[in-house]
Parts: sequence; structure tokens; C-alpha cells
Amino acid sequence: MQKTEKTPVIEIEGLKKQYKLGQIGGGTLTHDLQSWWARVRGKEDPNTIIGTDTRLYGQTFMALNGVDLTVYKGEALGIIGRNGAGKSTLLKLLTRITAPTEGEIRIKGRISSMLEVGTGFNNEMTGRENIYMNGAILGMSRAEIDAKLPQIIEFSECGDFIDTPVKRYSSGMFVKLAFAVAAHLDSEILVMDEVLAVGDMKFQQKCLGKMSNVANEDGRTVLYVSHNMSTIRQLCTRCIVLDQGRIIFDGDVEKAIAIYMDTTDVNVVHYDLRKVGRMNVGAGQRLRLESLRFLGKESSVFADNEPVRVQIQWRVTEPFAGINMKMNLHARDSSPVGITHPVNLGAAEPGRLYTTVFEFDPAMLGAGQYYFYLDVFDGVIGSAVCLDKPAVEFAFEVTPSDMSIPEWAPGWGRIHFPPVKLVEAEG
Amino acid sequence: MSEKTQNTAEWTAVVRPRTGWFDIDLAELWRYRDLIGMFVKRNFTVLYKQTILGPAWIILNPLLTTVIFNVVFGGLAGLSTDGTPAFLFYMAGNTVWTFFANCVNNTANTFVANSGVFGKVYFPRLTTPISQVLTALINFLVQCAMFACFWVYFALTGAQMHLSLWVLALPVVMLQVMLLGLGVGIIVSSLTTKYRDLAIAVGFGVQLWMYASPVVYPVSMLNNSPRLQALLQFNPMTAPIEVFRAATLGGGTVTAWGVAYSLVFTAAALVLGVVLFSRIEKTFMDTV
Repeated sequence: MQKTEKTPVIEIEGLKKQYKLGQIGGGTLTHDLQSWWARVRGKEDPNTIIGTDTRLYGQTFMALNGVDLTVYKGEALGIIGRNGAGKSTLLKLLTRITAPTEGEIRIKGRISSMLEVGTGFNNEMTGRENIYMNGAILGMSRAEIDAKLPQIIEFSECGDFIDTPVKRYSSGMFVKLAFAVAAHLDSEILVMDEVLAVGDMKFQQKCLGKMSNVANEDGRTVLYVSHNMSTIRQLCTRCIVLDQGRIIFDGDVEKAIAIYMDTTDVNVVHYDLRKVGRMNVGAGQRLRLESLRFLGKESSVFADNEPVRVQIQWRVTEPFAGINMKMNLHARDSSPVGITHPVNLGAAEPGRLYTTVFEFDPAMLGAGQYYFYLDVFDGVIGSAVCLDKPAVEFAFEVTPSDMSIPEWAPGWGRIHFPPVKLVEAEG
Repeated sequence: MSEKTQNTAEWTAVVRPRTGWFDIDLAELWRYRDLIGMFVKRNFTVLYKQTILGPAWIILNPLLTTVIFNVVFGGLAGLSTDGTPAFLFYMAGNTVWTFFANCVNNTANTFVANSGVFGKVYFPRLTTPISQVLTALINFLVQCAMFACFWVYFALTGAQMHLSLWVLALPVVMLQVMLLGLGVGIIVSSLTTKYRDLAIAVGFGVQLWMYASPVVYPVSMLNNSPRLQALLQFNPMTAPIEVFRAATLGGGTVTAWGVAYSLVFTAAALVLGVVLFSRIEKTFMDTV
């Protein structure tokens, strides 16, 4: 790891960012007064969002909790971590969109972000005007853009439409143009947040190539945040893993990915769902899942020939004739695996606590870590009304029961099909 | 320790928790002057794209307003115009007032209107309100040209009016109007990040403010009511409007005290605005 002549371009020291939880002021003066009046009388605050954890009222949350990091010139640094680990907050602080609560960041050179390509594009203006506009927003001078204009137009593949207002562009063209501007910036440090998930496959590859060039040949520094491990592998020379606002690993890319995949908690077998957030608006109101438990287990690790037994408890506030439920399965890296066929939970009346136990057969899953969301809905898929979908990833692990495949290779996908059926064997 | 302080000179940017009260990097703002220019251009492009009359609206708007003022306040209500031609009197008042009102209204929603861009990329936030007042300035200059045309026409027909030495002070006074508009606008924009009510109140407030300013009436009309006149002098917009009229038409009541007060008020509003703005801009993304 010892390289000679490493010049630091970013130094981060004791960086912390605190967010206030719960109400940060209702947004209008009347709401603030209303909340205050309710508190004075000891009543419930009418402006609290239903379903949020009221115990956290007025408490704070450390999105970043003491990050120290030095990034050197020419590095392509990957930043990975689960949702809420603090990746985006770190980028926001680096790009000066918001200020830290504590700590300091020192930056050498210009930093430009591609947090979301196309921000700052104006629909009424032509492609050419928008190149100038976007370049200027990202910190380029007019002369610099003049010099780069032909390159940008060529890269964007939008040459014929460059003097057409971008509102007439297809969404693909829009994104290509935006990426072209950002990729040709003359900044020493480039920050990217999932931007490569744009355009068609060919353009994506072109972007990836461009980005590796930026780091390898131009000696610029790239910070890249993604959930897509294959682009991290392709692009990055070093990788950090964030978890709960701290760096838990810093170094080799493959090791980082392995650690990130492993940061899921399979030791939790019981989830209290009464006060957690919901994924859909209005979910958890007419029907509310109150708890979920992996049955008969100390940790949610299952052999692939062993059923995953789950108990859920739920209540309704109005009668239902029939409620459907499905599981949305994801692999640890957030890529979707599949859904289960909906199952009918039967009719329900308000005032009772329902306890349902179901089994999921993991035989078709390759060994590894997974999680699922539970989706309870009314109606059939296609015209379903979501009744409840807790924003909780119920994690579990599948281990091989049959030692003929001791380890599941990442390149195999997730599905472990049963062996093919031999229908004819001659000779 | 000494090594560290030596190093800080090498860094181009240091991000720290928000601290000081006056934390605006003017050198950086200057580096982004191209962006300000482009914002100004965008403001025009966006406003007049897909309109039939296009930039003609810059002239049509105040022209129609002047005609209406002339009919309602000059004709129907019969308000005094200090002996100067009524049409020019109203146009002068309206031109200066529109300039100020545009400066306030267009900067007052800086944070909320731009939260999308502000949340994605950093550039000095002050570029947006500055580009807005520059846009207003260009509109104002076009309207001044129109005013000059009418002025020449009235002069040729022998109307009773004359230029005065105040003309020399006009550039400074109009710059002051712009800065006052900017100051008030960014104060409001900083407060709207928390209280959206202000966004609604500001349009209405500016309209009310107009009636508290000598736009449709001259200061001299309140001569026999010293209390109202004193009140009028507390309005920082009174002096600039009267200076504009005194300079171009020869009428108007300009006092050195009034001009000085207006300048001090402008400086105070601008400083307060910039201080608030620099406090808000660093963390407003967390509250908007």
C-alpha cells in the first residue's frame, strides 16, 4: 500500500453532521404557533406526522459521526454503505451544499459534483445555452467552456439538436448532454452519486470508460458513491465502507465489498413494527403490522432445505373481506430477486390482534444474505391498494445444506434452480 | 501546530461548521461573474419565450400602468402633480417603483424557488439574487429610455418642466434603489426558508408599500398634514422617487436629511440581508 509521492487532495478531520429529528418547525408560522399551543395545553401536536416515532421528538440524529479520511491525488475512491449510512451526507458536505456540525474538510483544487445530472438545466433554453449555463453553475468560466464545447457536443451525441430547446429532447438525450458537460469539467476532484445509472448500455460503458480515464490518465481524483458493486469494481482503486455515520473499512475494493455485504444483521429475529416508518403514503393506517418474528431461531440463518418460518401480528381499523400479502425479496446488495405469489390472509374485523404464521421455502435461493419487505395490500396486483409496507429490511441468510455446492459464486445470480430433469438417456 | 498553519495556505477551500456573522466570500463571488451573466440572460430568455410580444412587455407594462394612474389618480381623483405634466409625473413614479418592486419580488423567493439546484450543486448562492436585481436593472434602463422619449416629446410641446442638478445624483440614487431592493429581498428570502407565510405576504406587502410611497401623489400634497409627511419620510423609498422627479421634472420635495436617511437605511438593510443570507445559505437545505 505504500506509494511514494502521495499528495493529499482532500483531508477530512472529525467530521460530524447532526440532523434534528421530528418536527423542524411546521413551515408556516401558524403551524409553529399551533404546535406550541398544543404543547402548552399538554395535548397531542396536531402537526406530528402519524406513524413517526414520537419518542424521538426533538432528538437529534448523527448522520455522520466522526469521519476522518484522506484522499490522495489520482485515486478513484468508492464509497459504499447501506441506506442511511451517511454516504450522501458526506458528499453533500464535500460539495458544500450544507455545512458540517463539527469538524473540518480541506480541499485542494476545484471540486465538482455530478450528484444528479441535469440539475440546473432549463427546459426553455437550447442545448448549447444549457451547456454554458450548466458549466458555469459547476464553476467553469466562459472561456473554458468555449474551448471544450466541441468535445462536449461530440461526447453527448446530440450534435444535430444542440440548438433545439432541451424540452424537446428525449430523456436519454437530456441525460447524455448533462453527463457530457459534467464529465468534461476541468475540476481536480469529481464527485459522483449513482450517475452512471443513465442512458443506454452503450452510453453507460462509454461513461465508465471516461471516468476511469479521468482518474488514471488525467491524474484527477474521483469520489464515487454507488449501490452497484460491479461499477465500483470497474472504477475504483480504493473503497471505504460507511456504517451508521462512521468509516468501518478503508482500503482494498474487494475486501470493502465483502464487508459491506456482511454488514447486515442476521441476529435480529424479532422486529417491533408499531413505530417504524412505512414505505408508501397512507400505508399502515387501515391495517398495521405490529410485529414480525422469525420462529424457532436464535438468528435468522436458514439452510436451503429448511423453511423460513415467520410470525406476524397485525390489526385493522375497518373490516376487510380479504387481504393479500406478498414478500419482495432482495439480495444484500439491494438488487431485487423476486416476489412471492400473493397469499390471501382471509377476512378481518377491527378490534382484534391477528397472528399469522407463514412459511417461505428458500430452496430456490443461492446461498447468501437476503432481505425482504412485507407488502400487504387490498385487491389484485396491478390495481392493488397498499395497506401496509413497513420500511424495514427483514434480513435472513441462506446456507447450503448440500455440500456439492459449498460456496455460491457471485457471478451465478441468485436463483438456485432444481437440477434439470433427464427425460431421455441413451447409449 | 506551525506545520498545520503553513499547510492551510495550500488548500483552495476549507469547509467548516457555520461560524462567523459575515461569512461571504466576495472573491469567490467575483469568480462566478460569468454565472451571474448567464443567469441574467436566462431570466430574460425564460420570461419571454413563447410570448407573442416578447420583450415589448417591458415597455407595455409600465405604459399601461401610467395611463391608468393618469386616468384614475390624475383624472378621476384629481391629485396634484406638483405642476409638472401628469403623464410624466406618474411614469416617473411608476418607473422607479417598478424597479424597486421587481428587485424585492424577484429576490424574495431565492431559496425556495432554487432549492432544487441548490440542493444538488454548490455555487455562491448570492449569484441568484444579484442576477435578479441586474435583470430588474436592465428592465429599468429600458423603461428609462421610454421615459426619455416621452420627456423629449413633452419638452418639444413646451410643457412646464426642467432638468435640475439632481440629474447628476441619479446613477447613485438608482443604484441605491437596487441595493435597497436586494437587501429587503434577501432578508425576506432568508426568512422564507422557515416561514413560508412571508412568500405570500411579500407580494401584497410591496403593493401596500407603494401606496405609502409618493408614487401616485407628490410629497408636497401632504404639506398641510405634517404628521403624515413625517411618516412618509420614514419610508426609505420616498427620497429616491422624489429625487428622480426633481431631477427630470423639476418638481418634488427633496431634503438632504431624507436622502441621507434613505442611504443609511439601505446600507443597514443590505448588511442585515447579507448577514442573514450567509447564515442561512449554509444549512438551509436541512430545513427547506
